[in-house]
Amino acid sequence: MMGSENDQEESKEKMESLFLREESDPLTRSDKSNSNSTYRSAMSTLSDSRHPSIVVTPADSDPLFAPPSYFNESRSKPNGGNRDSSSYLEPPSYADVIFSPFDDNSEINGSDDGGSRHIQSSDSLSRSPSSLSSDYFKITVSSPQKEQESTNSMIPGGTTYVTYQITTRTNLSEYGGSEFSVRRRFRDVVTLADRLAESYRGFCIPPRPDKSVVESQVMQKQEFVEQRRVALEKYLRRLASHPVIRNSDELKVFLQAQGKLPLATSTDVASRMLDGAVKLPKQLFSEASSSVEVVQPARGGRDFLRLFKELRQSVSNDWGGPKPAVVEEDKEFLEKKEKMYDLEQQIINASQQAESLVKAQQDMGETMGELGLAFIKLTKFENEEAVFNSQRARANDMKNLATSAVKASRFYRELNSQTVKHLDTLHDYLGLMMAVQGAFADRSSALLTVQTLLSEISSLEGRAEKLEAASLKVFGGDKSRIKKIEELKETIKVTEDSKNVAIREYEQIKENNWCEVERLDRERRADFLNMMKGFVVNQVGYAEKIANVWTKVAEDTSQYNRESS
Amino acid sequence: MESTEQTRSISGSMQSPRSPSSLPYLSVSVTDPVKLGNGVQAYISYRVITKTNLPEYQGPEKIVIRRYSDFVWLRDRLFEKYKGIFIPPLPEKSAVEKFRFSAEFIEMRRAALDIFVNRIALHPEVQQSEDLRTFLQADEETMDRFRFQETGIFKKPADLMQMFRDVQSKVSDAVLGKEKPVEETTAAYEKLKHYIYELENHLAEAQKHAYRLVKRHRELGQSLLDFGKAVKLLGACEGEPTGKAFSDLGTKSELLSIKLQKEAQQVLMNFEEPLKDYVRYVQSIKATIAERGTAFKQHCELAETTKLKEINLDKLMLTRSDKVGEAEIEYREIKAESEVATRRFERIVTRMEEEIVRFQEQKTEEMGVAFHQFAKGQARLANSIADAWRSLLPKLEASSAVQI
Repeated sequence: MMGSENDQEESKEKMESLFLREESDPLTRSDKSNSNSTYRSAMSTLSDSRHPSIVVTPADSDPLFAPPSYFNESRSKPNGGNRDSSSYLEPPSYADVIFSPFDDNSEINGSDDGGSRHIQSSDSLSRSPSSLSSDYFKITVSSPQKEQESTNSMIPGGTTYVTYQITTRTNLSEYGGSEFSVRRRFRDVVTLADRLAESYRGFCIPPRPDKSVVESQVMQKQEFVEQRRVALEKYLRRLASHPVIRNSDELKVFLQAQGKLPLATSTDVASRMLDGAVKLPKQLFSEASSSVEVVQPARGGRDFLRLFKELRQSVSNDWGGPKPAVVEEDKEFLEKKEKMYDLEQQIINASQQAESLVKAQQDMGETMGELGLAFIKLTKFENEEAVFNSQRARANDMKNLATSAVKASRFYRELNSQTVKHLDTLHDYLGLMMAVQGAFADRSSALLTVQTLLSEISSLEGRAEKLEAASLKVFGGDKSRIKKIEELKETIKVTEDSKNVAIREYEQIKENNWCEVERLDRERRADFLNMMKGFVVNQVGYAEKIANVWTKVAEDTSQYNRESS
Repeated sequence: MESTEQTRSISGSMQSPRSPSSLPYLSVSVTDPVKLGNGVQAYISYRVITKTNLPEYQGPEKIVIRRYSDFVWLRDRLFEKYKGIFIPPLPEKSAVEKFRFSAEFIEMRRAALDIFVNRIALHPEVQQSEDLRTFLQADEETMDRFRFQETGIFKKPADLMQMFRDVQSKVSDAVLGKEKPVEETTAAYEKLKHYIYELENHLAEAQKHAYRLVKRHRELGQSLLDFGKAVKLLGACEGEPTGKAFSDLGTKSELLSIKLQKEAQQVLMNFEEPLKDYVRYVQSIKATIAERGTAFKQHCELAETTKLKEINLDKLMLTRSDKVGEAEIEYREIKAESEVATRRFERIVTRMEEEIVRFQEQKTEEMGVAFHQFAKGQARLANSIADAWRSLLPKLEASSAVQI
């Protein structure tokens, strides 16, 4: 598909699409609504058409002000398939219903209530990928195995590492298969994350699990491996639920390509050239390579000159007097950024308090259980040693209390394990807030690139002017100077091209930012609502169960009721 | 005040002031704790109100002011005079300084003192004690004097002799290498002793967990409060409808926190405290067991000494010694003492037999009440938790239906 057209314009488009991955109908118009609709259609189409798209928005029409035509896509999660919606409104007894809102690893303990039903209310209460109910895209990470890295030398015993089996079940047509597995190691995941970060600048890419700096002994311990397996699964599932990233080449290759992961492990241009899986625009083979590199941030690359220039620019921005550090004049953006920061702080706080709450619930359950056991021992003792009937009666009362305390303790523990799952949403969003920061950082660095190029151009032009002025004074022209002027003009032209590319990139990133943040805001609000519902339903259910247990004891001991009222 | 009503009615009709005047009654209440004095010497005083129609008392109603050490005096006197009876226990003397004057502690102590006095007033034998009458009626000066006497060095000669003899026998035991020389060995009594000692261990454990449970209630309450606040702050950052939902969630959470703190206090007063009282009671029984042991030993030793004296006397009589007269007087004295000791011991045994029955019945009743109240409290708490959260659901449901 990436043919060998030499047309600069078109190849630039393709290059952009390489990096922007807008899979949608080709759009060439520049009005605002379409800038949104490319994104939107990217989310809603399953088609594999990879037509290059240009989203050219003039720099002064900021997509942040775009109308919310995006909002047509409703959040289906809270309502989809909510079989229990009626039961929320009437005064129900949740005590008969045991909730297992999560597919995996949920404990279900209904031994006490004879008529208990298991309800998989996964739709309304789960946090599975949203937007489209007919999609099915499930990734599982399993069976970690130790493998040996074969060294090139003949020395036996290389370093060991762990691989995980990544199984994908999907009905998405891009994948041409409904179930497949590959083996990957953690390093591959890092590569995937890096490639995605390059390709999807401005997007809120879920952060990958941390590289752990631990010694190799720990690396192989089961607990560590299991933790990592869980983290990997979470990460891949988040990628799969991102409407744009789920269709990325990088992810596809990661999930499907057997054997060694065919993604570049560094941003080195040379190695990218050698890697056949990534299709390169013709642009790379020309000498004006600077305009390609321009779409990547300077940091992390090898263009030290550019790095230096941008650093100088950012410094001059800093010291530019009235201008703020990254000359971001977009007030809306700055406000949004600050809001995001505040939100992040509050999520951190809430997640900490959620942890305390969970611990307190846990302790309550434990102590209740211990109390029950102590009374059971007492009961046994009294029964064994009983001389009087009053002792036997007391033993009986104690037994009642004891068994109920143990039951209540069990309910507390069940409640807690559910609570943990619900409130985990808060933890998850901490990770996603980091993704937002990443997206904002992409925007800032793209802007810095633009500014650097702008000031470069202006300084080049300044030099050219000076040379021209000087050469005019020499009668008949100055051959060497004229040559220099021409060279300068050539450099200026190339830099201008780079600048244009950089500006387009910046605009695209801005738009990606905006769309992503909007999407994230919507998803987050819905997820939080869902979390609250799940949490509350859980609390109600178990509180009712516990109340029933104690009400019965109160009834059984009603002969001891001494209250005058 | 409600708790005092309860304890009175537990004990039966004796306590009702409204009963026909022909039925004897003695009803006491310990009320109105007031902090008196300054600094280190500060203490709490209580109003003790006695209502009675018993002739031994100075009238239908009498109010006196008493402090904790007065109660201690009363208990010590009763313990001395009524050996074999399980004298009701007092709440602990010392407490962490900071806690000593907290409202909760003062209330708990007042309630415990009230129960203490009432149990005494209800005991068929002990209620007739003169010391009790002193305690309930004497003016404060007299009371202070009595109390000082007891703790001071003015002890009656008979007591001193007793103390001396106790030390004597202990020393001779130690010298002779006999740690526990004489003990009852009836199977029933062995069983009882074993039961009491084991019971204390089991109860102490149960009480420990009950106390922890109180703490857990408080901790859960605190964490709900913090969680509620955090969630409200989060809601302030979020757009609608999630923001409002968070705010509602936070409010409910804070509300439930209050309920948990209240229940914590209830569990402390109505469940943990009775358990602690149970433990104290068992400890008091252990003290009575010790008394019985002492009495038994005395009885045995005196009986033995009497026998020796008798043999000696017979010897002397056979040899027509002039020491016979002396010996006969000695013998009679010792014999009289021995009989006193034996009677004392037997009275303890009899009393204890009745007391055990009473104790078991009383404890079944009191524990039953405690369990019932605990269960009711837990049910009430759980129900209000369920209600509070349930009330959020319609709003949450409505919020989810809104297109975000």
